[in-house]
Amino acid sequence: MALILNEEQQMIRQAAREFFQANAPVSQLRALRDSRDPLGYEPSLWQSMMDMGWHAMLIPEQYGGLGMGLSEMGQVLEESGRTLTSSPLLTTGVLGVSSIVFCHNEQLKSEILPAIADGSVSIALAHEETHTHKSVPESVMAEIDGQAFRLTGKKKFVVDGTNANRLIVTAKEGHRTALFLVPSSAKGVTMTKRIMMDSRYAAEISFDRVLVEPELRLDQGERGQDLLEKILDTGRIALSAELLGIGQEAYDRTLAYLKERKQFGVPIGSFQGLQHRAAHLFCELELCKSLIIKTLNAFDEGKDIRVLASMTKSKLSEVVQHTTNEAIQMFGGIGMTDDEEIGFFMKRARVAQQMFGDANFHIHRFASLKGF
Amino acid sequence: MQTQTKSLETFRKETRQWLEDHCPQSMRIPVSSFEETFMGGRNPEFTSEDQRIWFERMRDRGWTAPDWPQVYGGGGLNQQEYRVLKEEMSLINCRAPLWSFGLMMLGPALLQFGTEKQKKKYLTEIARGEVWWCQGYSEPGAGSDLANLQTRAVDKGDHYEVTGQKVWTSYADKADMIFCLVRTDPNASKHTGISFLLIDMTSKGVSTQPIKLISGKSPFCETFFDRVRVSKENIVGAENYGWTIAKYLLTHERSGIGVVAKSIPLYEKALAFNGLKKGPLPDPVLRAEIARWSIDEEAMKLTLERSYDESKEGKEPGAKSSFFKYYSSELNKRKYELLLSCGGHDALVWGNRYEEGKLARDMCRTKGNSIEGGTSEIQLNIISKHILRLPNK
Repeated sequence: MALILNEEQQMIRQAAREFFQANAPVSQLRALRDSRDPLGYEPSLWQSMMDMGWHAMLIPEQYGGLGMGLSEMGQVLEESGRTLTSSPLLTTGVLGVSSIVFCHNEQLKSEILPAIADGSVSIALAHEETHTHKSVPESVMAEIDGQAFRLTGKKKFVVDGTNANRLIVTAKEGHRTALFLVPSSAKGVTMTKRIMMDSRYAAEISFDRVLVEPELRLDQGERGQDLLEKILDTGRIALSAELLGIGQEAYDRTLAYLKERKQFGVPIGSFQGLQHRAAHLFCELELCKSLIIKTLNAFDEGKDIRVLASMTKSKLSEVVQHTTNEAIQMFGGIGMTDDEEIGFFMKRARVAQQMFGDANFHIHRFASLKGF
Repeated sequence: MQTQTKSLETFRKETRQWLEDHCPQSMRIPVSSFEETFMGGRNPEFTSEDQRIWFERMRDRGWTAPDWPQVYGGGGLNQQEYRVLKEEMSLINCRAPLWSFGLMMLGPALLQFGTEKQKKKYLTEIARGEVWWCQGYSEPGAGSDLANLQTRAVDKGDHYEVTGQKVWTSYADKADMIFCLVRTDPNASKHTGISFLLIDMTSKGVSTQPIKLISGKSPFCETFFDRVRVSKENIVGAENYGWTIAKYLLTHERSGIGVVAKSIPLYEKALAFNGLKKGPLPDPVLRAEIARWSIDEEAMKLTLERSYDESKEGKEPGAKSSFFKYYSSELNKRKYELLLSCGGHDALVWGNRYEEGKLARDMCRTKGNSIEGGTSEIQLNIISKHILRLPNK
């Protein structure tokens, strides 16, 4: 497939760009932060996004969604990265939807997917257990209790955990990985909200013998770890698309500043010491664009996505880390102030970099998958 | 449209059959570098009988220069047919029948700026592999600042008299002709007093001297001109128009046809150095660096593919060629440093012959990647100016 956007994707991208620029500028994130907003996102904005159908893009049409691919969703995520828009799009719209769409539990699909589409169900993925990402759940245990299961243990870094009314909980059941859809209100679930560096919220959640009915188990007739890897890879690609938006916007703002800011009587962008660094970043971001479009295409073509997901997440994490660092350095003193927005880009980038594995994690995973 | 598609399919079928019937088996093993390809010339040297046969068959069809007009010795293919030919050659790993600076560099310039007489003579000779051309651009005082070149061509009425020195002229000691940038107007500003001149290397007053590189060998030479008489018919384009042609060539250099061997992935070489069939490599830091490099290399390949797809949609590559040149050069240098690390002291053997110390010598040679054809710094300047539109000081 050609590495260019088709007409529909271009239209989605343009619509998303106009929407986010008009309705969710970075100043909105600042206002949410400064008011210690209980949700961490603007409900009316999320409602408008749902009106556009973005939360249901990945839901097949038979379940009330738009039946689009990750290539289309990627355009929205990239544009939301440019404005650092805080919303449950990643957690409910990508991770939540994908978990249910990928699983083989038909009953769950026909119940939950239409409910996500109508806005009544929101989902957060409760997976991490230690301070860094690991693919396999080890400490949350699922014990068999008759026909049902009982979940015990602690999850960390559950993004949007306090807002969602359902949790997808990964657990160890015997030697296997199991995934459950758990109502947030279930008895034995307790949450602590943490404000993160990017002004968004993540929860620490403890499960104390939480009862889960067997029909709420996602992995049925398949390896739970395979299902989980596919969900995680989807999240990695989605975050990479957002990172591309973050990186490009930080870069565009820096380039504009280089042309405007004067020192020694000339624009600082006339200094070769800065020009070459800006030119190098240009090249790196072009490589990122190619990886994203290739990976999104390959995902929608149903190819084995593991190698590409790790290539993309590691490269995007590294390049956007570097880009946001260079941005602050080139903005100079003003870049260090909270008044200037460029710092918000670095802060969101660091969270997106870390989520589901940072550059180092994926460099090692790439090497292992390639067999060296 | 329908008939066009149909005739293209017919062309594909016929081409496939013709290649199958006419490409010798040994010419279906990809070369590991272009230096193994026939390079033409007045004193042609073939490395095998198959190489000669393959060249002659392709030449007679005009497929040494498939998209040049037939009146100039080319194949007269349109761009779609040319693409089909390349694809079909790739399918059975056909080698290029001919590789030369004439095909890649002088040809595109002549097609754009040459007189009818020049095109008939020189393009035909190039396509038929009869003349070996070399390039005379750089001078001792004109490297990155190429427009500072000082080789003078003095107007002597019916001819020019050329005096000066060129450097980094690849294969000048073997070439029959040289295309040169010379100064025809010393009083004009440095970009506007330059002309594009074609000079016979057998002319009285031309001499060459090979340059030995840090790798121990090289095709490069210095070329000296001492009051060389050059006919005025040999100027390409108008007098003092040479810089425009040189700039045109920078972005319109033609890529070749034929297949070059796929290199073994870096990580496989790394495993082999350690006597391993599978990972993990024993050095975790080196392993991570090899992974990082492999990801960058794949991302660069995808970027070239994306650029190709965009060009089919009518987008001009423009200054992006500077980005490709910069990034590919740096990638190749990184690759060879990693290979040298993988090889440890075994890779440091230099020996008496090039083949004995190939890795160490090749690694030395890669240092030139970011110098030749415009240094990395010059490429970054071009990106800053033409893509990023950053201000001049």
